[in-house]
Amino acid sequence: MNPVLTKRSGLWQQVIARPQGALALGLLGFLYLCALFAPLLAPYGPGDQDLQKPYHPPTGFTWTQDGLAVRLYENADPTQALYRPIPGKTATIHWFPAGHPYRLFGLLPCRRHLFGVEPPQKIYLLGSDSTGRDVFSRLLYGAQVSLSIGLIGISISLGVGLIAGGLAGYFGGWFDSLVMRTTELLMAIPGLYLLLALRGAFASQFGSGEVYLLIVVILSFLGWSGAARVIRGLTLSLRAQTFVEAAIVTGLSPWRILWRHLLPNLASYLLVAAALSIPGYILGEAALSFLGIGIQEPSASWGLMLAQAQEMKVFMCNFWWLLSPGAAVFVTVAAFNLLGDTLRDVIDPHFRTSDR
Amino acid sequence: MTSSTLSSPQPDSAHLSPILLEVEKLAVRYPLSGGFLGRSRRFVEPVKGVSFRIRARQTVGLVGESGSGKTTIGKAIVRLVSPHSGEIRYRQERIDTLSGARLRPYRKRVQMIFQDPHNSLNPRLTISRIVGEPLEIHFPALRAEERRSRAADLLQRVGLSPDSLDRYPHEFSGGQRQRIGIARALAVEPELIVCDEPVSALDVSVQAQIVNLLQDLQQDFSLAYLFISHDLAVVEHISDLVLVLNEGRIVEAAPPEELYRNPQNEYTRKLLAAVPSL
Ligand SMILES: Nc1ncnc2c1ncn2[C@@H]1O[C@H](COP(=O)(O)OP(=O)(O)OP(=O)(O)O)[C@@H](O)[C@H]1O
Ligand SMILES: [Mg+2]
Repeated sequence: MNPVLTKRSGLWQQVIARPQGALALGLLGFLYLCALFAPLLAPYGPGDQDLQKPYHPPTGFTWTQDGLAVRLYENADPTQALYRPIPGKTATIHWFPAGHPYRLFGLLPCRRHLFGVEPPQKIYLLGSDSTGRDVFSRLLYGAQVSLSIGLIGISISLGVGLIAGGLAGYFGGWFDSLVMRTTELLMAIPGLYLLLALRGAFASQFGSGEVYLLIVVILSFLGWSGAARVIRGLTLSLRAQTFVEAAIVTGLSPWRILWRHLLPNLASYLLVAAALSIPGYILGEAALSFLGIGIQEPSASWGLMLAQAQEMKVFMCNFWWLLSPGAAVFVTVAAFNLLGDTLRDVIDPHFRTSDR
Repeated sequence: MTSSTLSSPQPDSAHLSPILLEVEKLAVRYPLSGGFLGRSRRFVEPVKGVSFRIRARQTVGLVGESGSGKTTIGKAIVRLVSPHSGEIRYRQERIDTLSGARLRPYRKRVQMIFQDPHNSLNPRLTISRIVGEPLEIHFPALRAEERRSRAADLLQRVGLSPDSLDRYPHEFSGGQRQRIGIARALAVEPELIVCDEPVSALDVSVQAQIVNLLQDLQQDFSLAYLFISHDLAVVEHISDLVLVLNEGRIVEAAPPEELYRNPQNEYTRKLLAAVPSL
């Protein structure tokens, strides 16, 4: 008989004990912290343009008597966006300078940024885009959209899946049939077309906040059916467990049984499912934004930034920094998959309530 | 018949005590899966018209081989399954027609101990939650600390130390888990407990301990038992009456001594032959 996992802390300890689990958790922790502190870490706002400096390359660093400094560049050939460093001209990096005001966590009013240079000089860690906006800053603000969309989306779809699948599995009958036929219908329609059709069904003139919500809702609407089916199956098998019968004989109401006896036993599955499904939301947002029907300017999201990289006239390896959102998507998706796989490895041998 | 009443240990008190449970022509059907939209006209009928009664403080043994329908009868009594036909009365009241919250008063009086100790405790709950849960439902006035101390008392009563309270089921052996299951059943202060093969999953040495515990508890709490077993040897020395079940029908009902001395039924003789002589 396998020892059964009992405490959540034990689970996370086991995940961290594995190198790939520690790596995935570390990466994700880093990414989410970056997104959380984006306005502090980013030297500029997501929409701050500098039309004098389109496609500016990442600035180089030097050391001067005033401390760490960035090189300054001159636009040698504006038609080709060719920049050359000006020998001997630098701008010193200031730590925690006052910049444009923002609210940290949406609450604390604040003007300080982690670093910056004296305006009108600019620091471009990851270069600039076609309107001279700082790619690094936009990447951070984009992370807020791209990373939160996965969390919110998965909460909604797992929540709906849990309620629909849990009730279907527990009570059976007509509700079960209804839920199962609905999920089959949803799953029979190719996801991308449904996504496009749903998005198309709504007017395109939305504020960026509304579009964000719309994307989350559309993606969750597509995502809940798979979760509901699995949860229904798990609920069905859990329902046949003797401890559920014991709870019935004790006189617990069905709701209490679902809440107290079934949900904790589904938690492991939900965790794995969440980790493995979040990439779908991140990629879904990226795809929608890439196609121009997702997050709208001037907000930033990784998909939107990639879409702009595609607009480039001259595309050699010159403007590699414009692909950094792609790298960010890749790293995030890989980290979530790694985390999901590790979680499954840790949980699976125990994810059996039956010991027979 | 008279000779048996004389030889049984406490003949009169057991026989004169009030009738708790009356099962009359009970039949249970399970639908077979399949058919259009899960609706099926085919079914199995593991219990085919069974009648018996259980008096207060009495132990009624129910024996039969695997698949004879013993568990199904037990489940019908605690209303885990609904009877297809027949009646179940508890203290003269029909309980086979009740459902949902209206069953709750009945659930306070009739409890069940399950066959499989590894599956009957939720692996994610601590023992104090498992034993405290019936108290929460049936004694809502109790505060959390009172529930906890009652749970500790119950554990002590079934032979477990109170520091088991914060542990999880997997930390216990089969016999200990069965004790936890007994404590959970006792928590509501029931009058009748359906014991579905409470010892058949356990080691022989542990079996005797659990049977003795159940007998002690019966004395202390004036319990009646429906004691289900496939093993006549386990049933015979604790039962006041033994029902022999074969393919969903009761083929013989007699006090154990009489059953041994003079089995009336072919099937009973077959069962007896399988019991090592004591
Ligand atoms: N949920 C169910 N659906 C369909 N058939 C069932 C179901 N539960 C039990 N049965 C069938 O009913 C018959 C009686 O089962 P039951 O569990 O009552 O037997 P039992 O006497 O308790 O046997 P055992 O000694 O093995 O526990 C068996 O043939 C079994 O396959
Ligand atoms: Mg059985």
